[in-house]
Amino acid sequence: MAQLEVDVVAADGKVWSGSARQVSAPAADGDVGILAGHTPLLSVLRPGAVRVVPVDGGATLSWHVDGGFMSVDSDQVTVVVDSVAKATTAAATGH
Amino acid sequence: MAGKQRIYKARIKSTQSLKKMFRAQELIAASRIGKARDRVAMATPYARAITRAVSAVATHSDVSHPFLVERDDVPRVAVLLVASDRGMAGAYSASVIRETERLVQRLEGEGKQVALYVAGRRAVAFYRFRQRELAGQWTGFSDAPTPQIADEIADALLAAFTAPVEEGGVGEVHVVFTQFVNMVTQRPRVIRMLPLEVVEGVAAVGEHDALPLYEFEPSPEEVLDALLPRYVRTRIYANLLQAAASELAARQRAMHTATDNAEDLIRTYTRLANQARQGEITQEISEIVSGADALASS
Repeated sequence: MAQLEVDVVAADGKVWSGSARQVSAPAADGDVGILAGHTPLLSVLRPGAVRVVPVDGGATLSWHVDGGFMSVDSDQVTVVVDSVAKATTAAATGH
Repeated sequence: MAGKQRIYKARIKSTQSLKKMFRAQELIAASRIGKARDRVAMATPYARAITRAVSAVATHSDVSHPFLVERDDVPRVAVLLVASDRGMAGAYSASVIRETERLVQRLEGEGKQVALYVAGRRAVAFYRFRQRELAGQWTGFSDAPTPQIADEIADALLAAFTAPVEEGGVGEVHVVFTQFVNMVTQRPRVIRMLPLEVVEGVAAVGEHDALPLYEFEPSPEEVLDALLPRYVRTRIYANLLQAAASELAARQRAMHTATDNAEDLIRTYTRLANQARQGEITQEISEIVSGADALASS
């Protein structure tokens, strides 16, 4: 199955990077979920939670972000955030 | 005669303690350089992501943005000078200030008014001594800038750029900083920050020949609106980081030279002290001999 290559970066360093099955983010017009094969997208983010489901079946990773933007381009997902609250491992309900 | 020897001994001692200080400064600078370079490396992924996104928008939509167009309604321009907070870095601050003065002269020659924004205590002191007015000043971070400081500076510059004429709006923003080429070479550089020219990264998109057609959410204008201030912040942060690395490299080199000079001085003074001691001994012997001679002949 195709997978997403995800980079979550903040101004002072890389927050997380790896392969994921699904990414969800608070886009300007409502939350978006990204799966492999998504159409190229460039979106502004609202404050909210960015969630990443890693491909190795681990627990869902979640960050609270204050704003930023996200680009999706041929299964390359880049989430650029202004400030990020520490990664918490949310209850794995997203599977 | 013994006074001469004592003077040399005292000089040797004070030069030795100076040497210790120079050596310590050199080591501190050397250890901080590694951290400064790490910080540059940490900021790179963010900068690259932003640049790529900006060039994607710029190539895929014909939207215009206030940051991208030239303003010809104001004769004022802003200049941001990035210098250091502390001295002991050789000609680092002096050369970047000189570059700024040259730029200011050129701009004034073109009939523009210059508003100076200054980062770094050395440069602030330079302008305060000459009683020149500063539009903004920031101090206390020059060897370890944070993204927050960069945001603060960028916000001030963006506010000036978007302000209307009567509130002191500026038509251009230039930045003078020192580029870190390598440990030996640091070059003062002048760049025009605003209006923006998005050129870098447009061609480098990787293995894809054509850029994909993006969907912009909510709209290309709003995406650009959110991206461009971040782009400016990133650029300013990158400039601050370059300046910090340059400052530390310049300091390390200056302190290394100072240590070497102190060693030379110590060597010279030791020779002189030895000469003085020998001279003293010779004189004492000749005094004793001549005294004995005088006694024997009487």
